Parts: sequence; C-alpha cells; structure tokens
Amino acid sequence: MLRFILRRLMLAFVTLAFLLVIVTLIPNIAPGDPARKIAGGTASPERLMQVTESLGLRDSVLTQLQKLATSVFTLDFGDSFSVAAGEPVMSLVWSALGNSAKLVILALIVIVPLSVLGGLVTAYKKDTWIDRTIINVGIAFSAIPDFVAGVFLLAFLAVPVDFFKVQAAAPPGSSPLVQIQHLLLPVIAVLMVYFGYIARVTRAGTITALDSDYARTAFMRGLSIPQVFRKHIARNALQPTVAVLGTQLGYLFGGMVALERVFGYQGVGNLILRAVDRADYPVLRAGVLAVAVIYMLATLSADLLIAYMNPRARQSLGDN
Amino acid sequence: MTVTESHTPEPADLAAAPALAVDGLEMSYVVRGTPRKILRGVTFEVRQGEAYGLVGESGCGKSTTAYAALRYLPSNGVIDAGRVLSGGEELTAMSAIELRKFRAERASMVFQDPVQAVNPVLKIGTQVAEAFQVMGQSKAEARVSALAALERVHIAAPESVMERYPHQLSGGMLQRVVIAMGLACDPTLLVLDEPTTGLDATVEAEVLDLVRELRSELNSAILLIAHNLGVIRTMCDRVGVMYAGRIVEEGTVAEVFDNPSHPYTKGLLNSIPRRGLRKTDSELFSIPGAAPPIGASLPNCTFVDRCPIATDLCRTDVPPIVQRSDGHWTRCHHVDRLDEVPEPEKVTVKYDIGTEQVIGVEGVSKTFRQRGRDVPALVGVNLGFAEGETLGLVGESGSGKSTLAKTMLGVHAPDEGGAITLRGRTMADKATSRIEESVRAISMVFQNPDSALNRAWTVRRILHRSVVKLTGVKGAAADRRVEEIAEGMQLSTRHLDMRPRQLSGGLKQRVAIARAFAGDPEVVVCDEPTSALDVSVQAAILNLLARLQNEERSSYLFISHDIGVVRYLADRIAVMYLGRIMEIGATQTMFEGVNHPYTEALLSAVPSVDGVAENRIPLTGSIPSPANPPPGCVFHTRCHRAIAGLCEVTEPELVELSPGHSIKCHLTVEQLNEPIKADVVATLS
Ligand SMILES: Nc1ncnc2c1ncn2[C@@H]1O[C@H](COP(=O)(O)OP(=O)(O)OP(=O)(O)O)[C@@H](O)[C@H]1O
Ligand code: SF4
Ligand code: SF4
Ligand SMILES: [Mg+2]
Repeated sequence: MLRFILRRLMLAFVTLAFLLVIVTLIPNIAPGDPARKIAGGTASPERLMQVTESLGLRDSVLTQLQKLATSVFTLDFGDSFSVAAGEPVMSLVWSALGNSAKLVILALIVIVPLSVLGGLVTAYKKDTWIDRTIINVGIAFSAIPDFVAGVFLLAFLAVPVDFFKVQAAAPPGSSPLVQIQHLLLPVIAVLMVYFGYIARVTRAGTITALDSDYARTAFMRGLSIPQVFRKHIARNALQPTVAVLGTQLGYLFGGMVALERVFGYQGVGNLILRAVDRADYPVLRAGVLAVAVIYMLATLSADLLIAYMNPRARQSLGDN
Repeated sequence: MTVTESHTPEPADLAAAPALAVDGLEMSYVVRGTPRKILRGVTFEVRQGEAYGLVGESGCGKSTTAYAALRYLPSNGVIDAGRVLSGGEELTAMSAIELRKFRAERASMVFQDPVQAVNPVLKIGTQVAEAFQVMGQSKAEARVSALAALERVHIAAPESVMERYPHQLSGGMLQRVVIAMGLACDPTLLVLDEPTTGLDATVEAEVLDLVRELRSELNSAILLIAHNLGVIRTMCDRVGVMYAGRIVEEGTVAEVFDNPSHPYTKGLLNSIPRRGLRKTDSELFSIPGAAPPIGASLPNCTFVDRCPIATDLCRTDVPPIVQRSDGHWTRCHHVDRLDEVPEPEKVTVKYDIGTEQVIGVEGVSKTFRQRGRDVPALVGVNLGFAEGETLGLVGESGSGKSTLAKTMLGVHAPDEGGAITLRGRTMADKATSRIEESVRAISMVFQNPDSALNRAWTVRRILHRSVVKLTGVKGAAADRRVEEIAEGMQLSTRHLDMRPRQLSGGLKQRVAIARAFAGDPEVVVCDEPTSALDVSVQAAILNLLARLQNEERSSYLFISHDIGVVRYLADRIAVMYLGRIMEIGATQTMFEGVNHPYTEALLSAVPSVDGVAENRIPLTGSIPSPANPPPGCVFHTRCHRAIAGLCEVTEPELVELSPGHSIKCHLTVEQLNEPIKADVVATLS
C-alpha cells in the first residue's frame, strides 16, 4: 500500500515535471509577441523590451524552466502583469482556488447523492419506465453544454425569481447561507451536466453487482433489499463511480470556464482564461499547475478509496 | 446402489408435507417486451430427507426451476401458472416479509461458481456471520456460530479463514464456505445448482462427501442440479430429466439410469462413455439437432424434432405419462418402441498407431521465477507421441498440465537441457524462432473457443488465415482448402460466413478444431476441449476428434479432468502431480492393474453414472505449492500408502513395471496390491 502511494506520487512528480516544461514553453512558442499583448499595441520599443525582460523571456528556455521550478517550490510566482497588475500571482490563484472549491464542493454535495441514488434506482428498476425516464432525462440534460444550461437558468429562473441570483459571487462579507444561495444556479447547471453521466456509471456498476451470485446469495439468505444494497452492492457497485468522480473533480476545478463566465464567477477556469486573454503568463503558468496538482490529488484519492473498498485492488497495488 | 435403500423415508416423513412441491409451474422471461416461455409445466416433489436430481441440456430451465424453488425471480421473470410449496405453505402466495423469513430460516441455495457466490470485498467471517445475524443472532453470537459452521464443513484453520478475503482462498475452500453459509439455518430445503462443476475431480469428490455427510446429519431435502450424470447417480435418490422446460422422465436414479424410458434420456446416457467404453469399441451417440431456444413455440411433444422414433401422433397429441414401475414414469407415446432408438455405432475402422515417435518431449523441465524464487512447474518430463496416438494427461489443477502444453507449443522455453523434438530433430525453444515446419507440427485447441477465436472475423476468414499462414497455400487453392477442412468438420458453407458469436458452443469448438487442423499438424494439443460443452455436444466433438485422428494420422495430447472421457479417447494416459509424471501406461493397463497411489486416489474419486459403489480414497489437504515442493516423494504429504522414513526422504525414480507402464513410487507391485487400511477409505453409502 505504502509502496503504491509512493509510486503514484513519483508518477505525479514526473507528470508535473513534464507539465512544467510545457508551461515554460507556452509563451515562447505562442503566436505573436506576448510583450506587445501586455504592453499594448502602441507601446514604445523600450517598454516592450522591458516587459519581455520582466517576463523572463530573454533568458534561455532552460533558465526559465529552472526559475519556474523554483517558483513551484517556493510557491512564489512573482507578480501579475495584466490580469491584476502588481498583485502577487499566488494571491490571485489562492482566491480563485477558494472560489472554485466553494462551487465544486457544493456541487459535489448535491450531485453525488442525487446521481448515485438515481443510478441505484434505475439499476434496481432496470428496463422499466422509471429507469427509462430517469436515464433519458439524464442523457438529454448532459447533451446540453454547461454554459447553455447556465444561460437558460439565468433566463428562466434568475430573471423572474428573485431568490435565484444572477451573480454567483455573493457580495463581500455575506454569510455562508447567502453565498450558497448565490451559488445555486451554477450548481444546478453542473448537476444537469453530470447527473446523467454519473447515474449511468453507477447504474452499470449496480446492475453488474445485482446480477452477481453474491447478491443473489444475499437475497436468498433473506436479507431485505436495503440491507443487500448497503452490505453487498454498494462497495462493489460504486467503484467505477468513485473512479469517474476522481477524474471529473479536476475538470470541475479547471474546466468550468464558460459557466464561470456566465455567472461572473472568479474561479480558476475564469482566471486562466483571463490570463490567456491578456497574455499574463505568470498567472497562466501558476493556474495551470494548480489545476494539474488538484487533478492528481483527486485521482490519487479516488484510487486509494477504491483500494479501501476492494481488497483485491489493495493486493494488486501492494504487488506492484 | 445402496443409497436409495439407506434413505427410505421414515414413516413420520411420509406423513409430513414434502419439503418442496412444484406444481404445474409455468414461467417466462420477458425479453425486449415479449414474454418468452421457459418452464412449460414443471411438476415434482422433494420429500424431507430426500435428494432429488435435475438433469438436462444447458438452457432447458434447470436453474430457473432452482430459483423458483426459493421463489427468487430474475427481475424479468414472470410466473404464468402453477404453485411452489414448501412444507405445505405456498411460496407463490407469500408476502415479501414471509418470503424473507422463509429464506432466512428454512431454505438455502448454493451456486455453481463459489468464486462468484461470495462478496469479493467482505471478509469470509463477516459473510458467514451474516447468515446467522439474519436469523436474529447478535454480532458476537453470530461470530461464534460462524466459526462453528466453518469447522463443521472441515475447513482447514477456520479462525484464519474468518479473517481472509475470498480471493485468498481456493475454489474448493470457497465452496465449503458457501455450503457453511447455506447450512447456517439448518435448512429443510437445500438447493444446489451445479455445486461442483468448476472444481477439480478430487475437490469435487470432497465437496460431495461433505454434502452427503451433512445430509445424513440434517435430514434436509436436497434439490441437486448437475450436468455430470455420475454426480447425480451417486448423490441422489430420485432424478428428473428435463427437456425444454418440462420433466420428461422421473424415477429413482437406478431406474432412470439403468432402464431409461424416454428417447431423450436414452440419448443423453448414450452420449457419455459408460462402463469403460473406448473409442475402439463404438462411437458416442450424439442427439441430433439442438435444444429449442427459449420462447420457441413447440409441438405437443417438445422433443419431437430430435426424436428418432417420433410419429405424427407426437405432434398432434400431448404424450401421456406412462408408468414404468413404481414411481418411475416417462412422458412418451411410444414407450413400446424404445428399442428402436439407435444405439451408438460400433466402430469398424481399425485405429492403428505408428511405431515411430513423431514428437518427443525429452527431459523437459520448466522453472518460472516469481518474486526472486524458483517455481519448478515441470520437472524432468519425458513423453513421446507416435503417429495417430492419443496421450491423455490427467492431474489436479496446478499440476502443470497446461505448462507442458505451452512448452510444447513454444510459448515457454524449457529449461536448459530439455528439448522438444520433431522426428528426432530438436526444435527451437520458442515458437517465434521455430522453422515453419515445426510451427505447423504442433497446434492447439483450447477449452474456451470464445477467447480463442477472433470475434470480428467470419469463420471463413479465420480458417483462411490459418491455412495461408501455416501451409503457404494462397488464393483459390486456399479457399478450396478452407472448404475442404470445413466439410471435414461437418461445418456447412452457411456456417463459414457466420461470426463466432452467432455459433453455438459446439460449433465454435468445431471451428477451433478446424483451425488447429489447418496446417496438417503432427500433434494437436487439446486442453479441456469439451469441458464447457453439454454431454451430447461433447459426444459429437469426441467422435470428430477420433475420426479426424484416424484420417489425418495426427497425435493428440488430450488434457481433461473427466477421466471417463480420457479413458474413451486416449491410447495411453500420463498422470501428473506437481510437474512430474507419476505414472504413464496404456489405457487398458491403467484401468486394470496396479496404479501409483496418486492415480489410485484420482480414479476412486470419479463419480460413476453406472452406480458401482466404490471405495473412495480421499486426498487430504490441497496440492502443495510448486514453489515449495515437499522433499522426498512429492506426493508423500497426501499419500495413503507412504512409508515413514523413506518416502519423505528419497524421491523415487520412474520404474517400468511392465513394458510401457511406469510409476514413480518406492513401493513394489505386491505392496501396491495390498488392500488399503479401512480407516482411510470413505465409503459411499
Ligand atoms: N433473466 C433472464 N432473461 C432472459 N432469459 C433468461 C434469463 N435467465 C435465463 N434465461 C434463458 O433461459 C433459458 C433457461 O435458463 P436456465 O438458466 O434455467 O437453464 P439451465 O437449464 O440452468 O442451463 P445451464 O445448464 O446452462 O445452467 C436459457 O436459454 C437462458 O439463456
Ligand atoms: S412422444 Fe414421440 S416425439 Fe416425444 S419422445 Fe416419445 S416418441 Fe419421441
Ligand atoms: S513413494 Fe511413497 S509417498 Fe510416494 S507415492 Fe509411493 S508410497 Fe506414496
Ligand atoms: Mg443452470
């Protein structure tokens, strides 16, 4: 087990190193002159030179890489250029991460129980109208891009109903409840996207488990349906769900660009997008790396959770 | 058979209502909205203390009946008519709560594959204890009971088993665990669906002993489903023969198996090699056609399309139930014409075996390295195959049979010093470096044709590729050769254009055999080629293998755990244990004379459909790990004849007792002939 964690961490480091190289390269190979983008079209050559200098783009790529690596370890990426000129990059990243975390955690609290329940019910009621209705609604919703869902929610809920807020960010100093109230619409949008997906993964796992001889044995032993689900089905059926959640968590952190835009929310996705837009490479680099780290941590925890659920996975992990 | 006599129900039992009564049960499965008939009026009774067997081809509805006995329906199952009663109470009318109570306290079911029947993520102890908790015991009480239950099924080291997970136990141990769970409630009704099908012959024998022992202890009623008719014969009092969702014949096992009175039963029994039948005596009978698919609308006698003595009457009128003797009945219009059911054909061709050795396995050892340790899987194996000869290879799982097959095929290289030879010349170790002639010389047929055949390809393409690859023939000539081979396998042109998934198991195995013969091989290695098939399909495949061999003059290495089948097909038999050949000799000799103690035990474990009560020599404990073989004679830890001070010290040589018959044992023929001490023998009665 310990060896597995160490191996996974090693692997994470390798991936991170690889990513570090890519992130270093971005401004060097991106089309157009980044300095011009930052300084503006009318900037003087001296000003351009200065910006290039402070971006570190005059150094060799190797030196840039070295500097970036140092930044990672000291958690100091210098100051932002254009997104919020002069502010430390890390404070921007931290605050965006905090915002994203609020949204993601709230979304998970809503999505996981609902869609897992949906998966269990549809599996148990396989091939009935209940199953078909839930699954088809799920599929229909997940076919809608998240920002489209967001726009619809804005138009049909936020505008007529006062309770729902157009802005996902609550005014500074709001109580947690008010913050949650503001986050409701984006959470519903995420729910619409993910419900069908997670419910179907859960449904498939549950059907396999329900069809198994051990579930049959449990029923034959006289256990009630809830007992069979709790004691025998859950830990077997939910392993794929956990794996999927692990990989989707990273996406929720970094990939909700459009949705964050629609609701004017300052999450990581939005931050990275603005950084790209304004060629703020320090912010871009730090943001991308942060998402990568979160992604790795999420998949690692999912794997560990699966290992906890399944002794065989535990053993094969120990073997490697 | 004494079984029936010793279990004659006591008068008290006769008075009581039967533990299970299935009455006119009709069931369907709803598939894509359409109900498809699967049971068409099943009626039988299992009395208290009685063991009732159900036999019949795959898909005839045996498992469906078994589930129905506990009123467990798959989610798409519907009961159309009929009732199921236990102890006079109607299960088909019980509420969900009553039903749960019934299952918890009075009935249990054991499934075919013990590996699937236990929850992979829970410790054994937790699962066994749960069976007691549903009956209202506290957690602590249940643990104590669970331990006692595991002791009752004679599992080694029960305390440590409690703490283990399913994947850490062998199949035999798991089946004991499953039975322990099933017995938790001292069930009045125990349903066993193919409880030993996935197990080795010796483990099967142990599990059956256990069921037998528990049965006399418990006086519960047993419904046993098994496709191995020998198992039914040795375990059951009465048997029902099922065909297409209906019982067509019923009676005591002795009556039904010795005096079969339905053309279907006759066909089934004629398709297994009985009473030491050999390929040189007669072919096996294979019931023509295939069982009808579920939901098919069937004529009045469901068997009419495959029945050799059918008349128009069989289509127009429902066959009557004809009493043959007390309690033995059959459902057939033409019981008087049963003699006309064809017997298997006597073999007229002569099987002649060449004298020259074609392929030789010479001093082959194979040592795997696993986590820095040497695991000897084969140790000094010497074998030779003459032209047209079948060498049967038997031994428990883990004895190295498949490793030998793979080494011959060049999947593994043998250790230094050993070699596979083709007509005296040494072949390269690995198939990849073998010359074309050597690659062609050895081919293989696997147990599971599904995984062996490319699913995306048509049969024609599969065969074509093998022909081109192995013989170098191309174009139209290759096409012709494909059709020739297919014809030889009794595959029609229609089959050639189908894909494997459209074919039945038997047809798929034919394709696999056809492919194996594409390159005119010298030796075909058959690894359990029929163990996944119904007896009637198995018969057709065995006939085919025998015929092909005679025509093509190739040799077989035939691996099987079914001793009856090996005896039928093999000219010589080799017995393997822990990677060593323990005995080798002509089939005749092996079944007549003295045997190695291991062979002796293996042979005694075979449940015979002919009902000869035999004394079984139990093989105690499991096969030792090849990574850590016992010193001296590797078999001494389980040998019933071991001589203390000798066997655990010195490894015996392979000694020739008579020409061609060798055993690896210290004992002399006289010592081997001595009767075995009574205390090691488990008597079957
Ligand atoms: N839930 C189900 N839905 C649809 N068809 C089913 C279902 N369960 C079984 N069947 C089909 O019903 C037929 C009878 O099944 P059953 O399992 O009772 O046969 P069986 O006699 O036990 O066969 P085997 O010897 O292969 O175990 C088979 O054709 C099978 O494919
Ligand atoms: S009733 Fe007719 S078709 Fe059916 S088994 Fe008897 S003879 Fe054959
Ligand atoms: S050598 Fe000894 S232990 Fe081995 S088989 Fe013979 S009698 Fe048994
Ligand atoms: Mg079955």
